[in-house]
Amino acid sequence: MSLNTDSQVQATDGNDLPEAPARQKLDLLSVNRIAFHTIVRKEIRRFARIWVQTIVPPSINAVLYMLIFGSLIGSRISDMGGFRYIDFIVPGIIMMAVIINSYANVVSSFFSSKMQNYIEELLVSPVSNITILVGYVMGGMARGLMVGSLVAMVSLLFSDIRPVYPLITIVVAILTSMMFSLGGLINAVFAKSFDDISIVPNFILTPLTYLGGVFYSISMLPPLWQSVSLFNPMLYMVNGFRYGILGASDIPIWTSFIVILTFILIMGTVAMVLLNRGVGIKH
Amino acid sequence: MNALSITGLVKTYGDSVHALKGIDLDVLEGDFFALLGPNGAGKSTIIGIICSLVNKSAGSVQVFGHDIDVETEAAKASIGLVPQEFNFNVFEPVLPTLLNVAGYNGINRQVALKRAEYYLKKLDLWEKRRTPARQLSGGMKRRLMIARALIHEPRLLILDEPTAGVDLEIRRSMWDFFSELNKQHGTTIILTTHYLEEAEAMCRNVAIIDGGKIVEQGDVAQLLSRSMQETFVLDTRANPEQVPQLSPFVVRLLDQNRLEVDVPKGHTLNDMFHRLSDTGIEVTSLRNKTNRLEEFFMRLVNSQSEKLQ
Repeated sequence: MSLNTDSQVQATDGNDLPEAPARQKLDLLSVNRIAFHTIVRKEIRRFARIWVQTIVPPSINAVLYMLIFGSLIGSRISDMGGFRYIDFIVPGIIMMAVIINSYANVVSSFFSSKMQNYIEELLVSPVSNITILVGYVMGGMARGLMVGSLVAMVSLLFSDIRPVYPLITIVVAILTSMMFSLGGLINAVFAKSFDDISIVPNFILTPLTYLGGVFYSISMLPPLWQSVSLFNPMLYMVNGFRYGILGASDIPIWTSFIVILTFILIMGTVAMVLLNRGVGIKH
Repeated sequence: MNALSITGLVKTYGDSVHALKGIDLDVLEGDFFALLGPNGAGKSTIIGIICSLVNKSAGSVQVFGHDIDVETEAAKASIGLVPQEFNFNVFEPVLPTLLNVAGYNGINRQVALKRAEYYLKKLDLWEKRRTPARQLSGGMKRRLMIARALIHEPRLLILDEPTAGVDLEIRRSMWDFFSELNKQHGTTIILTTHYLEEAEAMCRNVAIIDGGKIVEQGDVAQLLSRSMQETFVLDTRANPEQVPQLSPFVVRLLDQNRLEVDVPKGHTLNDMFHRLSDTGIEVTSLRNKTNRLEEFFMRLVNSQSEKLQ
């Protein structure tokens, strides 16, 4: 076997390609725009290709939560915060799906690119670090919001709630998915093994989400634990989202926005500094 | 214009590992340049720094006049890298691998599709375009990395052992491909390889690096002309009973029908044949014991190690 000569090589439109290498001035804006689309498309294709792993399990989990905690057990629980128990927990379950899937998408995708070294494809390209960051975050948001939307649709089988404030609902979901996508990227930058990317979701995210008012109102807790709960960032996202859907929450909506935006600002800055320094991705 | 200018490049890992100890190197635009050295000499570290995969400790690197610290994007846009290790997403099929990298380089999809088709056909991978990279043979994976490095048509192509593990026929085809790229497209090529006949066959200039320093650099032909001797293996018809003394040629008997002869600089093969004929030895064929660049390289690297001892 040998490589083909030019005369054997033609593009399908019949034109030979060989062009002189591009010598024109680099248009960084255009490069970054195309690179951004490429990263987002690649990320969406990645989780769509393995939908059995990425889309189906979280949707089934959510159905089980709603079936067991909402319909079976919930039917024997009195109202919570003035709402049927199933109606009370649906926003939390949707938000849980958004949080975990946004995080999981970025952490696994970015870490795989590190492990297999194909992150180098991006590092040797003229694409800026902010484009890489935003591209991966958008990929994580796409999965988080897609799974969240699926869970929301499934929840219609168990609950007939409709968002009281649709715009707030959407904005809180978008900001939360952004925040946890950033968290996933930071985790992936530091991770050195597959264990390192499962520690945070299993031992930090899941417990904090459960304790963040998904299944109960913190007003039910003793005063001490109510105060402790205020240090749990999940509380602000779950309650912000619940406010958008039910119009009621344990936390004022503006507090939720301030907390979420502050976290996004801090995590975005940390992620940019890490990428600029090449932590975990450069020698 | 220089395609690459490196000045005072230093790389230190931690406090004690000095991978590069002040490298100065210029590669002219359009050159086919060999960067040679033993394992661990620092070749891959230099390449890593040029491509922004490794942070340097000191010094400056310019690619076509673009400083990698100041005009990072412009410098990167000029470079195509074929690394030593496979570094693609093994689950991604061949065509999307190329299209992704084209996108990272700001090439729109229509142009990228056309170029991908051209390079995949050129490198005999078009039939495999829908095959996930993990299912390719070793040689195909190497060719995929070459196609990927060329998709944005870089002005400087860096080949870090591109033919490692590739069979002889494909290797020779790759030589032709790289030479064509260099001559017809004017692409500057920097090659590191352990197959020194590859460097001798293709490269015009060479730098030899050892222990983090450049120990020799210049025109390949000039360096080879500085070789003090060449060693040949001769097949003989007669069976020499003892090793003939043919000063200044040093002769060693390898087996019944083979001699090894060192020909010092300044003496011709004709001289050697005359002397052999005088002793009644008939030569049926001859070949270089090793390729000339390899011989030069080994002598240089050995003398460096002796100096260190």
